[in-house]
Amino acid sequence: MNIVACMKRVPTTELVAKVGADGKHLDASGVQYMVSFYDEIAVEEAVKTKEKHGGEVTVLTLGPSDAAKELRECLAKGADKGVILTDDSWSDRDAHSTAEALKAKIEELGADVVFCGRVATDRDSASVGPMLATMLGWACVTDVVELDLEADKGTAKREADGGIETYAFALPAVITCQKDLNEPRYAGLKGIMAAKKKPIDESPAPAASNQAEVLALELPPARPDGRILGEGAAAVPALIDALRNEAKVL
Amino acid sequence: MEPYRQLDFLQLDDQFTEEELMVRDTVRSWVNERFMPVVMEHWEAGTFPMELAPELGELGVFGPTIPEEYGGAGMSSVTYGLICQELERGDSGLRSFVSVQGSLVMYPIFAYGSEEQKREWLPKLASGEAIGCFGLTEPDFGSNPGGMLTTAKKDGDDWILNGRKMWITNGGVSQIAIVWARAEEGIRGFIVPTDAKGFSAPEQKHKWSLRASMTSELVLEDVRVPASAMLPNVRGLKGPLGCLTQARYGICWGAVGSALACFDEALSYSKERIVFDKPLAGFQIPQKKLADAATDITLGQLLALRVGRMKDAGKMEPHHINMAKRNNCAMSLKTARDLRDVLGANGITLEYHTGRHMCNMESVITYEGTHDIHTLAIGQHLTGLAAFR
Ligand SMILES: Cc1cc2nc3c(=O)[nH]c(=O)nc-3n(C[C@H](O)[C@H](O)[C@H](O)COP(=O)(O)OP(=O)(O)OC[C@H]3O[C@@H](n4cnc5c(N)ncnc54)[C@H](O)[C@@H]3O)c2cc1C
Repeated sequence: MNIVACMKRVPTTELVAKVGADGKHLDASGVQYMVSFYDEIAVEEAVKTKEKHGGEVTVLTLGPSDAAKELRECLAKGADKGVILTDDSWSDRDAHSTAEALKAKIEELGADVVFCGRVATDRDSASVGPMLATMLGWACVTDVVELDLEADKGTAKREADGGIETYAFALPAVITCQKDLNEPRYAGLKGIMAAKKKPIDESPAPAASNQAEVLALELPPARPDGRILGEGAAAVPALIDALRNEAKVL
Repeated sequence: MEPYRQLDFLQLDDQFTEEELMVRDTVRSWVNERFMPVVMEHWEAGTFPMELAPELGELGVFGPTIPEEYGGAGMSSVTYGLICQELERGDSGLRSFVSVQGSLVMYPIFAYGSEEQKREWLPKLASGEAIGCFGLTEPDFGSNPGGMLTTAKKDGDDWILNGRKMWITNGGVSQIAIVWARAEEGIRGFIVPTDAKGFSAPEQKHKWSLRASMTSELVLEDVRVPASAMLPNVRGLKGPLGCLTQARYGICWGAVGSALACFDEALSYSKERIVFDKPLAGFQIPQKKLADAATDITLGQLLALRVGRMKDAGKMEPHHINMAKRNNCAMSLKTARDLRDVLGANGITLEYHTGRHMCNMESVITYEGTHDIHTLAIGQHLTGLAAFR
């Protein structure tokens, strides 16, 4: 099977976010990156699919050349090759423009199945996967928690609001991965050594075709300090009063 | 408390390759996710989480510098050092478990063993399918192992081993023991199966240090092993000492990891803890403790890194290790003691890590050559005069 996993590098979860001087971008100075959480699950599912059906896993990313670091991590966990569509303004792209660039490369690579994370943990927009499937004209199941693939078709369970939906679909397809789908493995030391020898191709991404523009980026307002109303049972009336009249939640 | 953030005061991350950092970060995540949730419970119970041994094997941390054909990963010594740092950031018992397996059991088989011994044991030890221990110290001979009383006598083609070893890490949980014994021709190393007749490993209990690690005596009463159990390619004290050089190297890094854990904990605690109406971190005395710790740790990092690069370049000599082991263990013990203060009463509970590290370092500064023995070794190197006797 020809398997592609799409991966985005995102700022690490330890990041203390700062808005840049232009008020539209994150201040990128000193930011460290990592593989987006759900993309790790996508890569794991891709590798598991290869282990079951044979074939090859390509991890595809749109980003700067530096994204080779995150690609190597994916290669260390069992993927076979990495592809970077290079674009130094990668973080300015909207979902449409990103999906379009990925689509062109996936058509060139010729995939049977494409795995994406459910959502990238930086922008939180959950749209590249479904857009990509629409552009490719392929089936798409999002938020998948259980997957069973055969040579030319598959069934997937997805998490819907308050229930589980089961879908049947034909390949090729785009699957976006929810966290319960699998438990990503650790890159063992041997995997890390092997990753050194695996290829990473770089080619320039097609020009951006953004359809939406970021006008402003703001941090959420600081949470006001907590307040201690008193101790033990004696504090209950004051608490009820505050919940009822100030917070208006009762 | 916040997630662990490693002090890197001098941007030493710039000095590591992408691969070295990837290994470090992988081991760090494993320790965070798999080991930290259970360390308190095991430390308190005086046990090691044996169920993690296959995971450690899968990760590849047993003998990572051993070539791939024997089940290792063929990695650099600096990478191995970073592994030890991350493991000991968790607990000295975890790093000890891995050090013994890699440096004290796999290394002698690799360096002094026959091809058959290597093929038989190294892959199993690398995967964690077999666990080993290293028996050198005896009740009456610790700093002076050359005085050992354990004997190996030829009987036809076999060897008969008799004696007692003490303080043996993993002794009770091993399938094999590397036992050093005095033969007519000099000190020899043997691969002894722990189920051999006459072999027993009673546990040494009631430790208040390195509790998340099993320590045992080894009792050998007419233990018969075949000729093929002897490590053929070394004779004399340089056999065990060669292993100790490897293990001590890992300790140089491990001690830094332990200190890094204490520093991270004390720093974030001091920022959150309010005393006399402001954060503890805003007072001069805790700041001095933190400034001293950050400086000492950074110097320890530099020492470990330099020795590691020298080791990879084939330039490292035992006296370099004497200095790095001596300095970094003392640094780590002092750092833990000073920073434990910052945590106040919380510092004496196992909910916090610093007290546990403080207790552990008392073992780490003692085993693999005490602080004073390393002092004498450096002194001998500098002056050409031995002051051991
Ligand atoms: C938790 C733990 C795990 C261990 N694991 C292992 C293991 O797996 N395998 C193994 O073989 N051993 C192991 N050891 C043993 C360890 O290596 C020895 O305890 C250590 O070498 C010190 O020996 P000793 O305890 O006999 O102390 P001693 O040699 O009796 O030393 C006592 C004191 O005298 C000092 N001293 C000794 N000689 C001199 C001298 N010439 N001049 C000045 N001062 C001197 C020492 O520095 C020390 O302060 C372990 C020990 C501990 C605590």
